[in-house]
Amino acid sequence: MTSATSTASRSKSSASLRHRLAERGVDTKLWLLVPAVVFALLLFVYPFAYGIGLTFQPLAGTQEKWGGGFFANYIAFFKDAFVFDSVWLTMRLALPAALFNVIVSIPIAFKLRGKFRGKRFMQTLLVLPITLGTVLTAQGLLIFAGRQGWLNRFLMETGIISEPLQLVNNYLGVFFSLVISGFPFAYLLISSYLSGIDPSLEAAAKTLGANWKQRFRRVTLPLLAPGLATTFILTFVLAFSVFPSARLVGDASGDTRVLALMAYRAFSEQLDYSMASTIAIMMGVVELIVIGIVFLGRSFLYKGSTGGKG
Amino acid sequence: MSLSANAFESLELKNVGRSFGGRDALVDLNLTIRAGEFIALLGPSGCGKSTALNCLAGLLPLTHGEILIDGKRIDVLPSEKRDFGMVFQNYALFPHLSVEKNIAFGLQMRGLPKAEITRRVAEGLALVKLEEHAKKLPGQLSGGQQQRVAIARAVVLEPRLVLMDEPLSNLDAKLRLEMRTEIRRLHQSLGLTTVYVTHDQEEALSLADRLVVLRDGRVQQIGTPEELHDHPANWHVADFMGYRNLIDLRVESVTGDLARVSGPDLSLTARLVQDAAVGDDIRVAIRPSDLLVARPGASTDGLNVIEAVVNVVEYQGREFAVGVTTTGGQNLFVHAETAPTAGATVTLTVDPARALIYRSSLDIVSAEQQELAEVRG
Ligand SMILES: Nc1ncnc2c1ncn2[C@@H]1O[C@H](COP(=O)(O)OP(=O)(O)O)[C@@H](O)[C@H]1O
Ligand SMILES: [Mg+2]
Repeated sequence: MTSATSTASRSKSSASLRHRLAERGVDTKLWLLVPAVVFALLLFVYPFAYGIGLTFQPLAGTQEKWGGGFFANYIAFFKDAFVFDSVWLTMRLALPAALFNVIVSIPIAFKLRGKFRGKRFMQTLLVLPITLGTVLTAQGLLIFAGRQGWLNRFLMETGIISEPLQLVNNYLGVFFSLVISGFPFAYLLISSYLSGIDPSLEAAAKTLGANWKQRFRRVTLPLLAPGLATTFILTFVLAFSVFPSARLVGDASGDTRVLALMAYRAFSEQLDYSMASTIAIMMGVVELIVIGIVFLGRSFLYKGSTGGKG
Repeated sequence: MSLSANAFESLELKNVGRSFGGRDALVDLNLTIRAGEFIALLGPSGCGKSTALNCLAGLLPLTHGEILIDGKRIDVLPSEKRDFGMVFQNYALFPHLSVEKNIAFGLQMRGLPKAEITRRVAEGLALVKLEEHAKKLPGQLSGGQQQRVAIARAVVLEPRLVLMDEPLSNLDAKLRLEMRTEIRRLHQSLGLTTVYVTHDQEEALSLADRLVVLRDGRVQQIGTPEELHDHPANWHVADFMGYRNLIDLRVESVTGDLARVSGPDLSLTARLVQDAAVGDDIRVAIRPSDLLVARPGASTDGLNVIEAVVNVVEYQGREFAVGVTTTGGQNLFVHAETAPTAGATVTLTVDPARALIYRSSLDIVSAEQQELAEVRG
C-alpha cells in the first residue's frame, strides 16, 4: 500500500521533471550554446586563468624587494607607491569622464527626443567620433588644442590670451579624449533608454499638474535611472582602461600615469610578465568594485517595464 | 463621499482645428459643454477623436480656434494648469509607483497637506474598490484594475473636466460592460463633467448625454442618443447608429416626403431625410430590425417587398441575424425571430417610413447639418 503510493508519486514527479526543467530553460536547445561556450573557454577563460597563474609567479627581484613569496606581486602593487598611486590617477580620470558623459548626454538625448528637421544630421554628428578611433582623436586634439594648435593661435591672435593654454599633454587632454570617445556611447545608450519610456507617462504627469521639473524628477528620472547606471558603468569601464590617449595627449609619467600604462611598462620595459598580469588583474578588481557599488545602488531602483517600446 | 468636482458653467470649443503637417486631423469643432454633462466623441479609428481630446487637455496645441471656460480662454494655458483629469487608452500609470502613490501623484503636485492627501487617496481607492491593492505596483494588477487606478488618479483631483480616451478598448467584453456601468456611476455620484472618446456606438449611446459624431476630423452630427438613433443626419451617422443596410439607388419620383428610388434590379419607396431631386444618386439606409421576413400569406399592403436568398444565419440570443442576397446581388442584413434555412428564398418587407433616403455625398451636407445642429442645440 505505502510502496504503491510512493512509486506512483515518484513516477509522477519524474514525468514532470522535463517540464520543470523546461520551465527553467533547460532543454535540448541548450546545445546551441556549445560553440559560444567553447569560444569563451579558449579565448577568455584559459588566458584569464593563465594570467592569474602568472601573478603568483613573481620574479626573484620582486620577491626579494617586497617579500611575501607567491604574493610578492600583490604586495608590491599595494606597497609600491609608484604603482598604487596609479589607481588613484586612473580613477581621477575615469570617474569624472564617465559622470560627465552621462550627465551631459541626458539633456541632449532629451532635446533630440522629438521629431524635428535635421535630427538625423545632429545625431550623426554626435555619434561620428565613435568611428574615429582613439589615435585619430588624439591626433586631432593635438592639432586643434596643442600649444601651436588652431585654438591657441586663434585666441592669441585675437588678443584674448597672451600665453598659449595648456590643453593637451596633461590631465585635460586625456579628459577631452575620453569625452570625445565616450560621449557617443553614452548618448546612444541613454537616448535608446529614453525612447523606451512611454511618452504618455509624461503626458499623464502633465495633466496631473506636474511642471517639467517635477515630471523629470518624479517620472522620467526614476524610470531612466537604471539605464543611467548601466551607461555609467560602460563609459566608466571604457575610460578606466584608457591607454593610447593617456600616452598621446597625456602626461604619461605624471598626471595620466594610468594603470593600463603601468601594466604596459611592466610588460614591455621591465619584461615582468607577472607584474603586468597583476596590474591587469587589479584593474579588473577595481572596476568590479565600482560596478558592484553602482549595481548595489541600482538594486534600490525600479527596474521593471517602462511601458514603452524599449 | 466628499470627493466632488470643481464646476464651471460652460466650456466652449470654437472652430477648434488641428492639422499635422498640412493634413487636417480636426476641422472646425464647435461644441458647448455644460457642467455635469457626459459628452461622447464617436467615430471610426483615425477620425480625429484623440486629437480633439488632446487639444482639450492641452497636450496638443491648436492650429485654429479657441477653447473658453465661462468666457475665459484656456487654450493658451499649459496642460498642467488646466485642472482637467485625463484617462489614457493605455492607462499610462507610473510603473515605478504603487497604486496609492499613483493616485496621490496629482495631489502632491498640487502641494496639498499630507493629511488631506492621505484622506483623498483613501477615498479614491474606496471609490474604485481597490483598497486591498493599494501597495501593489501597476504591473501586478489586471487590466480592469489598472483602468480603475487610472480613473481614481484622475478623479481624486476633483477636476473641472474628465477626459477619457477609449478607456475600455483594452478590456474584454464582460469587463467592458462592468466598467461602463462603473464610469456612469462615478460620473453621476461625483457630478463630473466628462468628455469620453470611443469608436463603439453602443458604449457612446449608453453612457452619454450628448454625442458628437466625427468623420475625417469633421463633425457629422451633435445630439442626444435618441436624436442620433432616430434621426441620423446623414448616411455616415446612420451607418454608425446601426443602419447596416446601405443601398445605393437613384431617385425616380418624389411625392411629399416619400420618394420612389430604384436601381438596376431593386425598387423601393422610402422617406426623404435629406432633399433629393429626381435623378439624384442617393443612399437608402435601413436597420436590420426594420427588414422583416414576411410570413407566407401575410399582407404586404403599403410595404416594400424584396425577394432574397438566405446566405448565413447567426444566432444572437433572442433572435437571428440573417445575411441575405437579393436577386440583383445586393447583400442585406435582416433580423428574424425564427431561423430560415440557408439557401431558402425569403420575402422581405420594409415600411417606407423606415427606409431613409440620404444623399450619397457627405461633404456638402455636413456644413448645413452642423448649422442645423447648432440651431437645435
Ligand atoms: N502626431 C501626429 N502626427 C501626424 N499625424 C497625426 C498625429 N496624430 C494623429 N495624426 C493623424 O490625425 C488623424 C486623427 O488621429 P487620431 O485623433 O489619433 O484619431 P482617432 O483617435 O480618432 O483614432 C489620423 O489620420 C492620424 O494619422
Ligand atoms: Mg485614438
